[in-house]
Amino acid sequence: MLQRREVVSRINQKRGDALMVTGLGSSSYDLHAAGDDDRNFYLWGAMGGAAMTGLGVAMAQPDKHIIVLTGDGEMLMGIGALATIGVQQPKNLSIIVLDNGHYGETGMQASHTQFGVDLPGIASASGLPVAMSVTNEAELDKLIEAITAQQSGKGGAIFASIKVAAASPERSLPVVDGVEIKNRFRRTLGLQPL
Amino acid sequence: MSQVTAPKNNPKNSWGADLFALLKRHDVSFLPFVPDAGHADLIALAQADNDMQPVVLTTEEEGVALASGHWLGGKKSVLLMQSSGVGNTVNMLSMLSNCRFPFVTLVTMRGEFGEFNSWQVPMGRATADVLRAMGLSVHIVTEEDKLVKTIDAALYAAYSSDQQVAVLLSQQLVGRKEW
Repeated sequence: MLQRREVVSRINQKRGDALMVTGLGSSSYDLHAAGDDDRNFYLWGAMGGAAMTGLGVAMAQPDKHIIVLTGDGEMLMGIGALATIGVQQPKNLSIIVLDNGHYGETGMQASHTQFGVDLPGIASASGLPVAMSVTNEAELDKLIEAITAQQSGKGGAIFASIKVAAASPERSLPVVDGVEIKNRFRRTLGLQPL
Repeated sequence: MSQVTAPKNNPKNSWGADLFALLKRHDVSFLPFVPDAGHADLIALAQADNDMQPVVLTTEEEGVALASGHWLGGKKSVLLMQSSGVGNTVNMLSMLSNCRFPFVTLVTMRGEFGEFNSWQVPMGRATADVLRAMGLSVHIVTEEDKLVKTIDAALYAAYSSDQQVAVLLSQQLVGRKEW
């Protein structure tokens, strides 16, 4: 089974110039563990908001590429975002769900995906042109190829659900101050605080 | 396509064009919305404009996260919603105060003044309190001649000093929904 830290480390190595937004909890810790970067916007709350935050950046910065990294529970809470993204059809957005089938922050309760709820199916039915389920290294390679292709101008919005082991690696905590996270992210785009 | 009857509750607002011109002057790029009759003119004007993009949402909290993302990318947006939608946004609003994102929302009121549908009343009554409890400044507009001025002030406050402002458009202004 794929391990979340290894998966995120690989995606981070291949991110190119991508800006990244992470959902609260393990996804934020995973990306921080892979390497802190001013281009990372880590959410510490606002559950359900990661995909829409990423869409906002993608719409405002059409020449940049945005990768949203989040968990299955976080994605499920804002599942309508896939319909909204399906309407907008951003060519520069990838939504990657690290699906461990659990609410990891709260005691590892089973999430809907363990009962057969099919996140790539929802993404595909919402009109996202690429919707993948990733369960092994070969499929992870394909996802990274799709992200690279999107960055070279081929293909539209990407959705991927990566099945990862339900492990809880040691927390790797990014800065918690939201104003700091916002300002350092914006500075990478040449945007100064008001 | 089946024939549809034009809704009676969708009068052309006299202020729509003035408000749209104001948003253009403030360089607003995006209008995320969950539709309401009171916002219909603005949404239609944005749809016909090359520089302002309406974004249809499934639920209002999407608009809070989207507007935050827009500002992370350096663009301004204004969220359009109805008072009932304010209840949907509550936890997402925490993002605005945590990150001090500039934010403006225009909320058309239901359940507030001459409401015929009692199911609209509890959220209509709570709207301003909920927004204030989450740290937003709230301006309530009941007269048309204060509308553009108030929204101008809201946009200026938000985008000159990272403030979060809700402008509530009273049913006294928007008109009663007629059936």
